[in-house]
Amino acid sequence: MKSGNIAAAEAALRRVSAVKPAEIVFWLAALAAFFLLPGEALLFNEVVITGLFALSLDLVLGYGGIVSLGHAAFFGVGAYAAGLLTTIGVTDPLTGLILASLATAVLGFLTSFLVLRGSDLTRIMVTLSVAVLLKEVANRIPSITGGADGLQGVAPGPVMGVWEFDIFGQVGFGYSLAVTFVLFVIARRFVFSPFGWSIRAVKENQLRTSAIGIPVSRRLVVVYTIAAFYAAAAGALLAQTTQFVSLDVLEFHRSANLMLILVIGGTGYLYGGLIGALLFKFVQDALATATPQYWEFWVGLILVSLVMIGRERIVGLPASILRRLRGAA
Amino acid sequence: MATNLFDGLAYGMLLFVMAAGLSVTLGLMNLINLAHGAFAMAGGYITVILVNRLGVPFFAALPMSFIGAAVIGLGLERTLYVHVYRKSHLEQVLFSIGLVFMAMTAVSYLAGSEQQFIKLPAFLASRFDVLGVSIGAYRLLIIVVCGVLAAALQFVVARTRFGAQLRAAVDDPTVARGLGINVDLVFAATFAVGSGLAGLGGALGAEILGLDPTFPVKYMVYFLIVVAVGGSAGMTGPLLAAVLLGMADVAGKYYLPQFGAFIIYVLMIVVLLWRPQGLFVRAGR
Repeated sequence: MKSGNIAAAEAALRRVSAVKPAEIVFWLAALAAFFLLPGEALLFNEVVITGLFALSLDLVLGYGGIVSLGHAAFFGVGAYAAGLLTTIGVTDPLTGLILASLATAVLGFLTSFLVLRGSDLTRIMVTLSVAVLLKEVANRIPSITGGADGLQGVAPGPVMGVWEFDIFGQVGFGYSLAVTFVLFVIARRFVFSPFGWSIRAVKENQLRTSAIGIPVSRRLVVVYTIAAFYAAAAGALLAQTTQFVSLDVLEFHRSANLMLILVIGGTGYLYGGLIGALLFKFVQDALATATPQYWEFWVGLILVSLVMIGRERIVGLPASILRRLRGAA
Repeated sequence: MATNLFDGLAYGMLLFVMAAGLSVTLGLMNLINLAHGAFAMAGGYITVILVNRLGVPFFAALPMSFIGAAVIGLGLERTLYVHVYRKSHLEQVLFSIGLVFMAMTAVSYLAGSEQQFIKLPAFLASRFDVLGVSIGAYRLLIIVVCGVLAAALQFVVARTRFGAQLRAAVDDPTVARGLGINVDLVFAATFAVGSGLAGLGGALGAEILGLDPTFPVKYMVYFLIVVAVGGSAGMTGPLLAAVLLGMADVAGKYYLPQFGAFIIYVLMIVVLLWRPQGLFVRAGR
């Protein structure tokens, strides 16, 4: 016999983790974008990739509570790995994607030990430095990475041996969307598992969490490694669908913008990255048309206002939608 | 060898003057301010405009770069930073990155994105030999100016009434307020002086570090290293850290050019691994 408390807790957890109607609508809308807006495939492809990348940061920041300013490190390594794999004969996109992401996950695992301890500042500095270091490496070995010219000759084969990447980005978008959906479902399963809940506990209070017998460091290592896999998958998608990799994938701006994207969308409920990526793309496009060279000024202004006015108050309209996605919780 | 050490010393002293303000706001007040480099950049550009466009003598422009950056710092502290002190670290990061983006684009809009060079007085370009060591006059000037500033800072923080108030306000703002210390004023003054010093450092360092709109991001990690490695027990720690960093960077780039900046980052990661907590905790707390 289960006591009433446990049963109630089970029911509450099940309610939180149940698939909400708004979620189904969200993915149907994404599917609709694929079929109804073929002309915007290139743009949507970018949005989906950025969204997956931001989802990865959400795992680290929203769930693990680690402030990372160098998340582009994993994105970039994934992109270079996927690009290089096509040049040495691994042309099947899915195989390349998985291999590149696994390789980057190893890097994520190794660097996770650097962010386990210390203050937020230590973590910011370490993550930032790892990204800068990797960019220096990519810059210094042009024989492999193409250096400042970028990696040329990235030529992935057809997806599943059937769909060739086309210049309009149709296949690219479909491929990115499918990969992102699958990874999203896995991430969703993961964060609502007991393991996922224990990671949230770590974020709330490390001391108490370790007191009830959850190994804090191990939880953070796992979530950081998984996040590295996800970021690398996003990078690999970019490399494969655009067939080009440049040093830009490792830039500081990428990590910084990513944080903005995630914060616009909201942390800690998985959809924030995807929604933030979509909003950011529209804002970026509007700003870039208005002031081509100086659009980052307005991005900066948005960041400052977000903090000054408060995230909750400024994202008034989307917030109501977010609440529905989050459910009653 | 000795020349490299000398250049490294000059470079390190510059880093110290630029990061001194940050070692108080970040090291003591625990405000993650990634935009500190923007104040250094402001000082650099103020000097460029004064010297190159308006023909102000270099030595007259240096104090102006201090005042200019201090005024900007004070304005931002009173209007924006004051609301950020108590926010979460994530929000401080977002806020200061936003400021960096704005500063970078504003500068490239106003002055162009190319690298700027300050027209220095001719005698500063000379070199002379002392005991077989080739010494650049400009670097000697930097060492002297920054050395005097470092001594003055140490004196102010450790010996003056204001320094005592600052240390009290940082240790426990509530109790400090109870004792009648105007904590807001102390913080504002500290922030302004720190920004001013960054500006002066930016003006002095434009020649050595290069000055373009990406400056705040390029040297962000360096400033953070000075604060992190130097600790927060006084001005001596950051000074030592800055000098070591400067020498290591110059020596690294000279002797192992293929590794260049790697050494600094690897060193920093090692130091942070070695003392992940201790570096930011003040002795006796």
